Amino acid sequence: MPVRSVLVDLLAGNRGGQILLAVLLAAAVAVPVSNLLLPADSALHVPTYVVSLMGKYLTFALLALSVDLIWGYAGVLSLGHGAFFALGGYAMGMYMMRQIGERGVYGHPVLPDFMVFLDWQELPWYWHGFDWFPFALVMALLVPGALALVFGWFAFRSRVTGVYLSIITQAMTFALMLAFFRNDMGFGGNNGLTDFKDLLGFSLQADSTRVALFCASAVAVAAAYLLCRFVVRSRAGRVLVAVRDAEARVRFLGYRVEHYKLFVFVLSAMLAGLAGALYVPQVGIINPSEFAPAASIEIVVWVAVGGRGSLYGAVLGAILVNYAKTVFTGVLPDMWLFVLGGLFIAVTLFLPKGIVGTVPVFNRAGARRWPRRRRSPEPAP
Amino acid sequence: MPTRGFALPSPAALLSGIAFLAAVAGGAPAGQAATLEEALQGLAAESYKERAVGVEVLAATGHPRAIPVLEAMAKGQLFVRKADGSIVIGDKTGKVYALTDAADGTAVGDAKKKELKKVKVNNRLRGVIRAALGGLTLLSSDPRQRAQAAAAVFAARDAGALETVEQAIAREEDAGLLDQLTLAKAAIESNPEFPPDVRLAAVARLADSALPEVRSLLASLSQEGEADAEVRAAAATALEAVERDLAFWNLLGAIFQGLSLGSVLLLAAVGLAITFGVMGVINMAHGELVMLGAYTTFVVQDIFRDLAPGGLDYSLAVAVPAAFLVAGAAGVAIERGVIRWLYGRPFETLLATWGLSLILQQLVRTVFGPTNREVSSPSWLSGAFETATGLVLPYNRVAIIVFSLLVVGAIALVLRRTALGLYMRAVTQNRSMASSMGIRTGWVDAATFGLGAGIAGVAGVALSQIDNVSPNLGQAYIVDSFMVVVFGGVGNLWGTLVGAMSLGVINKFLEPFAGAVLAKILVLVAIILFIQKRPRGLFALKGRAVES
Repeated sequence: MPVRSVLVDLLAGNRGGQILLAVLLAAAVAVPVSNLLLPADSALHVPTYVVSLMGKYLTFALLALSVDLIWGYAGVLSLGHGAFFALGGYAMGMYMMRQIGERGVYGHPVLPDFMVFLDWQELPWYWHGFDWFPFALVMALLVPGALALVFGWFAFRSRVTGVYLSIITQAMTFALMLAFFRNDMGFGGNNGLTDFKDLLGFSLQADSTRVALFCASAVAVAAAYLLCRFVVRSRAGRVLVAVRDAEARVRFLGYRVEHYKLFVFVLSAMLAGLAGALYVPQVGIINPSEFAPAASIEIVVWVAVGGRGSLYGAVLGAILVNYAKTVFTGVLPDMWLFVLGGLFIAVTLFLPKGIVGTVPVFNRAGARRWPRRRRSPEPAP
Repeated sequence: MPTRGFALPSPAALLSGIAFLAAVAGGAPAGQAATLEEALQGLAAESYKERAVGVEVLAATGHPRAIPVLEAMAKGQLFVRKADGSIVIGDKTGKVYALTDAADGTAVGDAKKKELKKVKVNNRLRGVIRAALGGLTLLSSDPRQRAQAAAAVFAARDAGALETVEQAIAREEDAGLLDQLTLAKAAIESNPEFPPDVRLAAVARLADSALPEVRSLLASLSQEGEADAEVRAAAATALEAVERDLAFWNLLGAIFQGLSLGSVLLLAAVGLAITFGVMGVINMAHGELVMLGAYTTFVVQDIFRDLAPGGLDYSLAVAVPAAFLVAGAAGVAIERGVIRWLYGRPFETLLATWGLSLILQQLVRTVFGPTNREVSSPSWLSGAFETATGLVLPYNRVAIIVFSLLVVGAIALVLRRTALGLYMRAVTQNRSMASSMGIRTGWVDAATFGLGAGIAGVAGVALSQIDNVSPNLGQAYIVDSFMVVVFGGVGNLWGTLVGAMSLGVINKFLEPFAGAVLAKILVLVAIILFIQKRPRGLFALKGRAVES
């Protein structure tokens, strides 16, 4: 079967990828069994809040995957991926807002609570259609994709590269944050969208819905991993790596560098949007703080910790860093920023290849890593 | 206190004022000065009309007590005590009213609500009271009170005050106040009860001014409701002239505000112009160095408060070098500890310095607490420079504009005229060659970064005067300052200056149409688009330095 041969091809000699898929598969089977079938006092029972927490980590892993695709393979450091994530989340949030219907505080059949509160008379045009789940899901992918298309088309065409690109992506997410804070935008302003009741008719409070969302996240991470792996192993992926390592040379060889970058940027943005769409039902809120520049930089750190340019490293980094965050903010809330900040510095100084580039288990993996760089005699301008 | 500094008008002036007021009032016998007590009883008359007469009679007495009594009356705090019919001022404290005698201002005990009868006022009566108060204080010896009174008379446009205004004009020596008084006179004389030629002259006088209040007055005179066609036409022409003037002053105001915002951006960005522009280090902890400077100001002020409270006004003079040293030392430590290992790896530098920024933020939060810290402004920076046309230039804003330009000038001097500046330029242009010439490049790197960081600290001193000093201070400026440097052109101090100022001015020009937040978004989008067009900024470096 061709599908099977493609799968074998993607995973052959790729120990990290094999481990990742095996773990995801195991989790997608074991967690539902443990949460839904085992009694609550059993030692193997996973409480529902843990299921949601792990589901959240998995959406972050998907987000990190999308950043690794663009940073690790195309050398484009986006400091605005939080914006794509948040846009996907808002699309899903809008769907769930519409599902509340008359159960809101004000009991208005059509308008969400915050619009009634602002004394709006009718639904803004861009809210139409979001009561239909497939439409919302498509929008969660298309809106970030379209933003990435427009932004990337401008940026890559005029050859904005390196840290300049990073800084303008940061400005993009900052501008979006300011915009979404405005009440007149029609996205709930400061408070964002929250108070969701159900998704596709299933209550968000139910254990089974939470487990299903977890499984969906695990499947999404696995599928996205395979898709990214497929892309980077394709011909276009090889060109991308070449662009990352010597952009001018690739251009002189006759490749349209901007097209390759644009393609992978849009794909990456759509994956981030999907991550946001899966994230919002599991945490129950989406607000403009997701657009904060700091949030986007944090994503980059997950990837850097895990090790960029290997895809599974990003997944590992996202889960590890967020687990540490949960632990530290619970035990020593004041220490978390010290730990995170120290992590940034330690990883860049001592672990430039991240965990997967340092721990020998992964070293035989078929990932193309960043070339070894000598200390440049002159700093870049 | 309205009574403080109140001067009695000269007896002759008083008499003529009384005569005039009495004539206007109609009912009161002319030429007969009422005693304070009689005048006070007039306030409690049965009808509003009679009370209005009473107000004018009281004002005509020119007694110092007239002002507090009239003010209390306007606020509805004037009562008649039912027991003896005396007029009292009642201040509600809890369930009872603390009473003061209206005539001499002594406390006369408490009373319940039912023991008192309120002297009621309506809007017309309030207008009469305002005009009377204006007339009373027009002759005060305190210039501020006279200015307030002139404004009140202008707003009320009550013909009864004309006599007093003319007296005040005759006595006034301050040119600015004289201007205000003649304007008030013109406002009164534009009323329909005056003959057409007086009104036309008044309108012509009004046209010289550019105050918003004058505009609304002229606008009402040029409306259909105005009977005299000539006056209407004159008012319409005058209105146009005033609006042109107003637009001009508004433009100046917007430019000033823009420059003020621009100078804040400049201060925040100028240190970055060195670390990012000259060295190429993406220092995401730049904002936190600014914050360190602001906190240094706080600590210096605290020390002053403890040791030399008298010198508090001059603590900024100590805070500037202290902030430079603190932030500069932090900068040298950052360069030696982290950044020097990361030269040529801009992404890694960005991440590591971001990590540093988190650590510094949390450090400050742990030491000083998460809430805002109070940094006081020295007294010589409070207040504002005001023009007669309504343009307000707060001293602290003016000071920041000047200060930011001084800082840029100082940096330009250091870079161009000192040995350190020469080494810096040599190392950034050709590191290996500079090294062969015997320059200790590592030392120069540290000094350059320290200089940029120190400047950030100095910026923090200035920002502490206009912004909240909190651990998040730096975060608020980091995106903006990178935008300024990138917009102006990396490695170019002049570009940073022009970039910051133009961004500030553009922002303030957009604000009236779009609102503050949308203006900021529009500017950000504009910069993003601009970078597409000119990826190296406004003033790009030319030649081979652009490559690499």
